[in-house]
Amino acid sequence: MQDLQNQMGAGSIIALMIAAITFSGLAIIVSKFLLKTTNTPAKLQPYECGIPTIGPSWVQFSVGYYLFALIFLIFDVELIFLFPWAVVVKKMGWVALIEVLIFITILFAGFLYAHKKKALQWK
Amino acid sequence: MFSLENITNLVSTWLYANLDPTWALVVQFVIVGVLVISLFSILGLVLIMMERRVAAWMQLRLGPNRVGPRGYFQTVADTLKLIVKEGMTPDGADKFLFNLAPFIVMIVSMVIMAPLMFAKGFQIWDVNIGVFFITAVSSVSVIGILMAGWASNNKYSLLGAMRSGAQIVSYELSAGLAILTIVVFSGSLQVSTIVESQADGWWLLKGHVPAVISFVIFIIAVTAETNRAPFDLAEAESELTAGFHTEYSGMKFALFFLAEYVNIFVVCAVGATLYLGGWMPFHIGNWTSFNQVMDYIPSSAWFFGKTFFLIFVIMWFRWTFPRLRIDQLLNLEWKYLLPISLFNLLLATVIAIMGLHF
Repeated sequence: MQDLQNQMGAGSIIALMIAAITFSGLAIIVSKFLLKTTNTPAKLQPYECGIPTIGPSWVQFSVGYYLFALIFLIFDVELIFLFPWAVVVKKMGWVALIEVLIFITILFAGFLYAHKKKALQWK
Repeated sequence: MFSLENITNLVSTWLYANLDPTWALVVQFVIVGVLVISLFSILGLVLIMMERRVAAWMQLRLGPNRVGPRGYFQTVADTLKLIVKEGMTPDGADKFLFNLAPFIVMIVSMVIMAPLMFAKGFQIWDVNIGVFFITAVSSVSVIGILMAGWASNNKYSLLGAMRSGAQIVSYELSAGLAILTIVVFSGSLQVSTIVESQADGWWLLKGHVPAVISFVIFIIAVTAETNRAPFDLAEAESELTAGFHTEYSGMKFALFFLAEYVNIFVVCAVGATLYLGGWMPFHIGNWTSFNQVMDYIPSSAWFFGKTFFLIFVIMWFRWTFPRLRIDQLLNLEWKYLLPISLFNLLLATVIAIMGLHF
């Protein structure tokens, strides 16, 4: 099995991608062949409980979502930094813990600041 | 003895003995693809049936019981119905992105299968950054969802997609931090090593308080990440009709639906691997005879048993808790779960360094 895994390696990801595309593509194509499509203007309207849509749907969106996305970005990068740390921390001992403690303290101070500025409050 | 490991070994040795190495590799890829596709189909059928049956059981009703023996073919019938339904692209939609989105969602949920360990020695790719790979790939699915919502050119879809994006992105953090706790304990990102580190006990049992806390956080976070109730406000039926897939119909809708259920399976499989020992049987200290009886149960049965238990727990949530409001949802993550999981990670590190875990 070990040989087999080494042989397959990263290629298996491509194989899985191709499998996914084939599966979804086949499903859609087969269903296309099985039926007759009739398109009427009323049928192709965007669904909005029966009435025509008022105004465009591609509009500016509430800024709250972007604020959360920004804060998420900071913490996501932190998470990526923590992954290699987590692997070695058991061997490195207290030094690694204290270093990450400093890192997290700085980050947490920023988090508290965002909190105080009410960036995390849904409006 | 009959086991998945032996079968895969047999197949691969036969292939390499009889075929040119390149062709053997290609044949292996084809086998892997066919296996994963069939796993997808079976999971789709089983999980949807299970969801409906669990729902019915919790609400004291019968559930689907007409098609086939005791209604077990209901999902097959539903799939057939979806195949012969028209898949339309609405007017004004961005046609390219609209049709691309289901593919992206499907690719994500299929690629994420690669590092999962389904049984002893039965894994597609034992990559040394397995857990990291799972976290990384699972965050791509939000692109598919946002794409679907935006391309539909429908207000419900856009709202649902934005909510879904904010929610998935937020809860990914606590899920990642919860996973890190186990990485700290086991000192590895490789799925097989993490499972082997639990040979003498599952991390949930031997990881003290931090493991239990992180398990609870993980379950909450993945429930939110897969858009399940009580965090299903991305597709809250009563306010947004169906969220980001309002405009999808026919087979494209079926693909979203399937990917959703497979994602539930995947996150539960990750939870079972990290906290409940993956395919490791349940052992109690020195009870040799008890341990031998447990060893006799095949490893795949252990893995799928644990995974389906977690799936059942997540389905249980759906009929227990009312839906959250979006501000409550974001408060829960940013005010409680994120600080708790950060401090929990540090606590786990202290315990791991001092060697206090068993």
